[in-house]
Order: sequence, then C-alpha cells, then structure tokens
Amino acid sequence: MSETDFTPTEMMTIAAARALRNTDVCFVGIGAPSAACNIARLTHAPDITLIYESGTIGTAPTVLPLSIGDGELCDTAVTTVSVPEMFRYWLQGGRVTVGFLGAAQIDRFGNINTTVIGDYDQPKTRLPGGGGAPEIASSCGEIFITLKQSKRAMVDKIDFFTSFGHGEGGDHRARLGITTKGPTLMVTDLAVWRSDPVTREFTVVSLHPGVTREMVQAECGWTVRFADALDETPRPTEVELKTLRDLNARTKAAHSGGKTGEAA
Amino acid sequence: MAHFMPLSDAVAQNLKSGDTAAFEGFTHLIPHAAAHEALRQGVKDLTLVRMTPDLVYDQMIGMGAVRKLIFSYAGNPGVGLLRRLRDSVENGWPHRIEIEEHSHAAMANAYEAGAAGLPFAVLRGYKGADLARVNPNIKHITCPFTGEELAAVPAIRPDVSFIHAQKADRKGNVLIEGIVGVQKEAVLAAKRAVVTVEEVVDELHAHPNACVLPGWTVSAISVVPGGAHPSYAHGYYPRDNASYIAWDRIASDRDSFLAWMKANVLEAAPQDFAGRVSHLRSAA
Repeated sequence: MSETDFTPTEMMTIAAARALRNTDVCFVGIGAPSAACNIARLTHAPDITLIYESGTIGTAPTVLPLSIGDGELCDTAVTTVSVPEMFRYWLQGGRVTVGFLGAAQIDRFGNINTTVIGDYDQPKTRLPGGGGAPEIASSCGEIFITLKQSKRAMVDKIDFFTSFGHGEGGDHRARLGITTKGPTLMVTDLAVWRSDPVTREFTVVSLHPGVTREMVQAECGWTVRFADALDETPRPTEVELKTLRDLNARTKAAHSGGKTGEAA
Repeated sequence: MAHFMPLSDAVAQNLKSGDTAAFEGFTHLIPHAAAHEALRQGVKDLTLVRMTPDLVYDQMIGMGAVRKLIFSYAGNPGVGLLRRLRDSVENGWPHRIEIEEHSHAAMANAYEAGAAGLPFAVLRGYKGADLARVNPNIKHITCPFTGEELAAVPAIRPDVSFIHAQKADRKGNVLIEGIVGVQKEAVLAAKRAVVTVEEVVDELHAHPNACVLPGWTVSAISVVPGGAHPSYAHGYYPRDNASYIAWDRIASDRDSFLAWMKANVLEAAPQDFAGRVSHLRSAA
C-alpha cells in the first residue's frame, strides 16, 4: 500500500478521530473507538482527556489496549480511580463531553444493541451485554459512534435496546427525561453521518473518497437518507496515515498472538 | 482477622456449594488461582457475581459449577464472546444458567451499597434501556427532594468475595495498586473475604491514600505468586493477552475445553501459577 492509498478502515478511524476536539473529555469504548480516540490525541487533539471505564482518567497509551484495563492505561493516566467512582463522580456527574461507542447492531436513530441477537430469554446469539454503555449513552454530553457497515449490523429494528439513542426519533429522549444530546455523529468505513436536528435520523453528510450512494445503501439495512449538500470526506493526510499505521504496528507487536480486536 | 493459610484451606473454609460468591477484578488482578481451587474442590450451585465475567467465569460455567450469574459485561475483552457462557445460555450445556443482568454503573453502585450497609443503590441509569424491562431487580424510585425518577437496584452482599492483590504485610493488611476496580467494595460488601497475594512483605510502604484493606476486614490470605494469570498484577507481570486470544479457540469446542480444564485446572495446583507468569515478568 503506497503512502497515498488507504483502506476503508483507515479512512473510518481517521474521520472519526477528526470529530474529537482538543478540549473534549472522552469516554472511550474498546475496539474501533479506541483507535480513533488515540489518533485524535496523537494528531490534532494532544490535550484531549481520554477515559476508559476501568478508572483511568487522562490516559495516553503508546499502544492500543486489548482490554479496557491493560496496565499501560494506568501507567500513563493522570489518575486512576475506582470503578464506582468512575461511574458516579465522572460519568453520572456530567463531566464527560463525548462518549465514543461501537455497536454490534444499530438502527437509524442510533439505538444500539450489544446484548442478544434474537429473544432475550432464548437468544440466538448471546452477546457480551451493555457494560458501561447504557449510562454512557445517557450521561455523556453527546455520543459518537463508529462501526464498519454491514446489513447485519445496520438494521431496521434492533433486537434489544442495550443503550438508548433517539428511540423512535424526534424528542423521544426528552420525553424520557434525558437531558443530553445523544448520538450526533456516526462514522462508518463508507461515510460520515450526522443526526438530523429534527427527526434525529442519521443522515449521510459526506461520502469517503471513491464511495457512492449505492455503496452506502448496499451495506445498510434501512433506506438511507442523504443530505442535500453531500460532501466528500477529506482524504487522510500523510501525518494522519503515518500516525495510524505506526500505532497499529506498535499495537500488533505488543499483543503477540496476532489478533488485536477491532482496532487493527 | 486475616489468617494466612494455603489456598486449598482458604477456599474450603470460606466457600461452599450454594453460596453467592464474587471473584472480582476489573481486567486487572482477577483471582484465577482461587477460582481454579474452587473448581478442584467441586463446589456446585454457585451464584456468581462479577461486573466483567471473562475467562475464569467461562471456565466455571462450562464445568457446571454455576447456577446463576449476576453481571454487567460477559465477554473476552478485545477478543470476542464467551463461548462456554453462550453454550449454557443458548444450548443448555452443561445446563442452562440463570442470568441477572445489569449495567456497569448499576453493579458498581450495588457493590458500593453493599459495602455501605445499605439495602439498595440509586443511580441515574437505565433510561430507555431494555434491561429494565427484562430484569425485575431493576426498579425506579422518585427522589423525595427533586421529584426526579431514578433507578434502584438491590445491594450486592456476597457470602464470600475472592480478590487477588499485590501484597500483604505480616499482619494481613492488603495493598492493591493500579486499576483497583471494585475489589475494595466487593470485600467490604461480603460476609467473608479471601485474598490471594503475590507476596508477603515486612512493610507495605503504601502512600497515605493508597487502597489498603486492613487485615481485620479479610478472612484469609494465601500467597499465590502469579495467581491472577492470565490477568495481571501491576508491577509484577503484565496481562498475558496471547492467552486471552488463545482461550477463544480452546473454549470453542466442548472436548477441547474439557481437556484443557483437566490438564490446567483439575490436575494442577496453586503453585503452578508462578511458572505461568515467569516469561512475563521482565515485561512488567
């Protein structure tokens, strides 16, 4: 792969990283979000505060952790707090500006399922469950989501509401007494999506270079809405690509055994 | 008061079939050696509590030691799903366990309530979440001051909690460093607590604000170097990520799982853990 070529996954990670601001306090989900958050920190947002649910606040790992509690997260953190403190003072206390989540199954309103495929009591596939996600989704200032597109993941109706996005859309969050913004951004390997200000449905606002509307629709289980003024996502810069590839190479070397979750 | 004893005695004296037990550790300091000892002793019918059941609960479920699981995230972090848990829940092998599922925030609050001697925990949680629909232990209360509706879950009060820690002094005071997770709460919430440690030292040399469990909060202490493996002990050895990755294949098949358990758990002993981390120590 030459320096100017890039994979859809690299474009996804870099586009997701760009959405984070230097002043953000970001609760990092494992996998694809972890890569994006650390690329932001290593490029345009050096002062961003990254928080992992293991209690590490202001962490700056040199490799991507396999779990949310690898030792390096603690070694490089400003402080490490207990898990009850993490969820009570820091998350529930309203100190986190962005929650960055992945998703096994998602719908057009950013509702996420990571609990079961099929019926809850007789599941076809038992997934890990919500972990921190139910309260991340309601307590963070806003939610960014990143995932690779597929009809299996992006569905018309999710099997289980692990974490609440915009429910049925519109003001559903407000009707439940939730005061935070919820999902505002979704970055896939094909496009950047933003939540419509009124309907709250995810709408494609920019296509990654070389991607067509048809390609986005082919990997999505609902009828995709596109913005009237559709942009092209700026290509990854040399610095962004080099930073990401170096991080992935360091990570691969560190987790001897090859597979490094979704981050690679 | 903490009594030092071999792990086999600590487990035999503090864990019996039918107990509610927490083997806690949030990625870090997971008490694998204690759980393996429980399996060797053949305890059954356990209600297991843990925020993040991973390999070691997968093993206990697959060996048929578990009646019910109370948890908030059951996965092999960064690798995938727990295949023995799935086999139990999806196919009933070796039997179907009962599930009580929460969010991390609720579990953490419930442990804290248990440690605080309260009957339940309150949190701003589960808004719009289906767990509140399927778990009857998630209820709602109205704040008597503001009228806000909040979630309530029962306190966690295990019969016994097991944790692993870096060190104890000779009086049995225990020091936990690094990612401290929910272990302090798990110990204080439980009727009995068993701690495995990497080593016993004359002085803990702990910072005044360090996470120290006084010896009188602990029932038994066993020295088991490497006792968290393949989890890690900060300052002693790093997480053996390759073992977490390898588990996915081992657990994918009932026969390979049972063969692995026989060789590495049933026919092994606590002192085998030291050898499992020897190649990792230089990297700590």
